[in-house]
Amino acid sequence: MNGDAGPRVAADPAHARELLRQMLRVRRFEEKCVELYSATKIRGFMHVYIGEEAVAAGVLSTLAPDDAVVATYREHGHALLRGVDPGAILAEMYGYQEGCCRGRGGSMHLFDAGTRFYGGNAIVAGGLPLAVGLALADKMAGRSRVTACFFGEGAVAEGEFHESMNLAALWELPVLFCCENNLYAMGTALGRSESQTDLALKAAGYEVAAWAVDGMDVIAVEEAARRAVDAVRAGGGPHFLELRTYRFRAHSMYDPERYREKAEVAQWLERDPVSLLHASLAAAGDLPDTEWERVQRAVDAEVQAAVDFAEAGTPEPVEELTRFVYSERGAQ
Amino acid sequence: MKTTYREAIRAAMREALLGDERVFLMGEDVGRYGGCFAVSLGLLEEFGPERIRDTPLSESGFVGAGIGAALGGMRPIVEIMTVNFSLLALDQLVNNAATLLHMSGGQFNVPVVFRLTTGAGRQLAAQHSHSLEGWYAHIPGLRILTPATLEDARGMLGTALEDPDPVLIFEHGSLYNVPGEIADDAGLVNIDKAAVRRAGADVALITYGGTLPVVLESADRLAAEGIEAEVVDLRVLRPLDDAALLAAVAKTHRAVVVDEGWRSGSLSAEISARITEQAFFDLDAPVGRVCSAEVPVPYARHLELAALPSVERVVEAVHKVVGAGG
Repeated sequence: MNGDAGPRVAADPAHARELLRQMLRVRRFEEKCVELYSATKIRGFMHVYIGEEAVAAGVLSTLAPDDAVVATYREHGHALLRGVDPGAILAEMYGYQEGCCRGRGGSMHLFDAGTRFYGGNAIVAGGLPLAVGLALADKMAGRSRVTACFFGEGAVAEGEFHESMNLAALWELPVLFCCENNLYAMGTALGRSESQTDLALKAAGYEVAAWAVDGMDVIAVEEAARRAVDAVRAGGGPHFLELRTYRFRAHSMYDPERYREKAEVAQWLERDPVSLLHASLAAAGDLPDTEWERVQRAVDAEVQAAVDFAEAGTPEPVEELTRFVYSERGAQ
Repeated sequence: MKTTYREAIRAAMREALLGDERVFLMGEDVGRYGGCFAVSLGLLEEFGPERIRDTPLSESGFVGAGIGAALGGMRPIVEIMTVNFSLLALDQLVNNAATLLHMSGGQFNVPVVFRLTTGAGRQLAAQHSHSLEGWYAHIPGLRILTPATLEDARGMLGTALEDPDPVLIFEHGSLYNVPGEIADDAGLVNIDKAAVRRAGADVALITYGGTLPVVLESADRLAAEGIEAEVVDLRVLRPLDDAALLAAVAKTHRAVVVDEGWRSGSLSAEISARITEQAFFDLDAPVGRVCSAEVPVPYARHLELAALPSVERVVEAVHKVVGAGG
């Protein structure tokens, strides 16, 4: 996908500006997370989504509030764009009880019942069977809901990927599988780990409708996702999108990046999804400088408010350590 | 009414399916085949393929789907053909079912019930015979049940389905054909407490599941010698009913734990440790243990029998603790 032209000119500039704003929210939030990690405010393993924003922004804008999302450990952006409160996300990473999981999950395990956000799953491919089950429940209950399941291309090497593709297709379940192909499973390039690198072909082998999309072009992602979501919701069974993208930063905060060339990163940086859409809108005269400045100020203010909220957080009393191992009777 | 362990479980599933449209059964060969051990025989015809759902041989996939369906508001019963096969689904059981409530800060409970066959005694060798329920009892977030009686076979499933959290029910394969009488109105039973199956003042025999019949027979043999054994059926391996253990030890001052799992790092070790920690001064003798020999379960009948807890070994262990100390 490298070297392709920028995003096509948006048919609806106002909507394209909104997609740009959503991507920028993730970009600025993640940049702040990196800063806070360096300042040791955030600990543990942390994986940022910088470079891949078009995927979550394009797919999530096509979902309805009642749909479900299952994501991976690189899920800050998905949570944010699904509508989880940014302050609660950041407080979670601070390990505070004001966090969306009361500090029990951290960066890799963001959950939110209110937006039907089912994690935050840090076992590669472990979320796919959950998505199959969520969709099974919807189908059995006769609800017209979609479950969107995000995972990286590394997941296709796991048995759970294959078992889930088969089950979803066999039972014609309403799942949208979103494979975020950023070319590296941690440090292992796709071509070094898969005999067949055409990922859509693997899904198609299970009779799952599947195609590849330029994951750096948010307009293309949204168009593909809308087509897929509409088909899934209409009873067309599971669909699979291979979203070809790239992670601009290291895998996690511990990654010295010995496995890829700087030139390759530089080449992909030219396809930065935020810059590309910005340039395209600006060139078409659809994004006045004043408007762009206003958007950036608003996004910065949102991030700062999240930081302020997290900074004001409080640790859960240690007496509550063993809560939430089993449900509190009477609370269900 | 007359029943068997197998029929009691089937009756429990049927009742659950009739009483709650969110309940469905899913697993390998539960439908058309009628269940590997014929537990679900006839349910497909009564409830149809949506609710008696045959799965591919994808343990991780359908176990995870059961967890997801529970998150989505259903009340799945997931049958895993044997505990050995559940190892293919350990990721979903341990990394998801047991953790989601905690990781989500209390937001997402997982009301799913897993039924697994466990245990040896049928010459099925080393990949169909192991007793790994003690492993699962290690995991916070799971509830581990081991029905040993017809009443528990009939009653535990319904209560487990009311539990908001994941429950694993281990059905010992040697029990399915056990016949007996249960009350016509037999229904739900508690899934919190151990039960005393035989009263006695001389020694506490602590066991569960498939070895309960062995231990009861041992107690009869001991009674003929004048040794009265109190038989404690744990019923629930997690959370353990410490109070019941301590009450039995306070009464008998001697204890032997009988566990079909291996001795090293086992549930029997945990029970022994809890008694030692909490009732050391009640004991007149060290806690005894009868476990399976530390080998993969062999096929040959005589070797398999030699590997498993037997009446002879239980009686011998009791003689040792009764003969010891004050």
